Amino acid sequence: MSLLSLHEVDVSYGDLPALRGVSLEVEEGEIVSVVGANGAGKTTMLRTISGLLRPRRGEVRFAGERLDAAACHEVVARGVVQIPEGRKIFPSLTVLENLELGSYVKRARARRRESLEGVLALFPILAERIRQAAGTLSGGQQQMLAIGRALMARPRVLMLDEPSLGLAPLVVREIFRIVAEINRSGTTVLLVEQNTRQALALSRRGYVLENGRVVLVGTGAELLDNDHVKRAYLGM
Amino acid sequence: MTWGLLLQAVISGLLLGGVYGLVASGLTLIFGVLRIINFAHGAIMMLAMYASYWLHALGGVDPYLSILLTAPLFFVLGVGVQRVVIEPNRRAAEHNQLLLTLGLALFLENLALVLWQGDFRTVRSAISGTSFMLGDALVEGARLVACAGAVVVCVGLFAWLRLTDAGKALRALAEEPEGAALMGIDVTRIRGVAFGMGAACVAVAGALVTPFFYVAPDVGESFNIMAFVVVVLGGMGNFLGALLGGFVIGLAESLGATLLPGSLKYLVVFLLFVLVLLLRPEGIFGGARGR
Repeated sequence: MSLLSLHEVDVSYGDLPALRGVSLEVEEGEIVSVVGANGAGKTTMLRTISGLLRPRRGEVRFAGERLDAAACHEVVARGVVQIPEGRKIFPSLTVLENLELGSYVKRARARRRESLEGVLALFPILAERIRQAAGTLSGGQQQMLAIGRALMARPRVLMLDEPSLGLAPLVVREIFRIVAEINRSGTTVLLVEQNTRQALALSRRGYVLENGRVVLVGTGAELLDNDHVKRAYLGM
Repeated sequence: MTWGLLLQAVISGLLLGGVYGLVASGLTLIFGVLRIINFAHGAIMMLAMYASYWLHALGGVDPYLSILLTAPLFFVLGVGVQRVVIEPNRRAAEHNQLLLTLGLALFLENLALVLWQGDFRTVRSAISGTSFMLGDALVEGARLVACAGAVVVCVGLFAWLRLTDAGKALRALAEEPEGAALMGIDVTRIRGVAFGMGAACVAVAGALVTPFFYVAPDVGESFNIMAFVVVVLGGMGNFLGALLGGFVIGLAESLGATLLPGSLKYLVVFLLFVLVLLLRPEGIFGGARGR
């Protein structure tokens, strides 16, 4: 049984359908990426898993249990943690306060000190800026803070929504390297990206989303080699 | 106009200003998290003043001691009001939510009028009537205690916001509601806590002023307006600004009353209000930086 799954999920904004019959599986320990153009429904999918949106039809399951009626904070408490598009850090709070709030849920709070050590080891730059207001960090550092804050919640599944958005290529490479490292240390990753090439290269499996539907599924390598993907997303 | 009179005005203004600061802190806390101006803030303070009054009248409880009961009680009451009245309308247009709190204020005031009539009531504390001279100015013990108590509670509130997980969650929610929800913060609960803390603030403020202030159904109105002016002055959602702004407005009111003919008492306050709105709408203490 997969760790996280969507089964025939429909989501709409009013009368406007955003996801239509989307099914997706994420196995424990995998990196799965979801690629697609702007407006394809990628963010909607993550927001639905996180409980910020309610599916009109279909099921979201995590470790066998239904997730689609759970409130956002309950989803986090169960270990499904999202790093939203645009990072959504708390700008006037310090770096430390941001990280502390990452371990707000009871399960994570008990291991706050240990988590903090791990995160600061992963991002030494955050240790240097620990007393600074988070809003004073550069874009790349803010993304690192957002990742660190999510790790403080001790996720079983970490979902990232466009972590490379607006970052310089070198920083993007660094972020992807860190995502791979987080995955190697045992966290399952669901990655939503427009940066198709790097996302698929990193992932064991991938999904292509178009107009709210899954149009292609395959291993990362298969999708990178697919003619439609090459034409539509890789500009080849 | 003598220097003594001026000194008296400054002292009276600063002492009441501390209380304004506490009332405004509650208002700014609610605004920061719920994004609504709670026009029922003063009415809730009025209810708390009656609570202290009745505890004194019926139970002989000193108004200062009544805080131990009214603060937690009004916290719970605030959480309840938020859950039952405000929360269901959270997605309504902003002006509708504003009208909702205004309606709540009218309801509470008229409820008080029905229950306790319009009589002015007074409470005597152990230190009512005590005073000492500071130069040429008279300092009333009860007013000094009110100001000191208000400042202590403000500092406590500030520390709570800075040091506890719940306080940090509240600040996080004020800044970035979705980011807060995605960190596992139960945002509905914290919105209730914010409203409850706001109500507890006015419960304390109400008890602190009863030894020298009349209690009547409309007593909250002036505090409400003053707190609103203070919040605008201090920067919406800025806690430090609320406390400092309280002193500024207390001073402005008191100097206005001393320097201008009686009926123009509030002229200075509202002139300041309009000037801030025109020239520095983010507040004189730099917007939301102090939260």
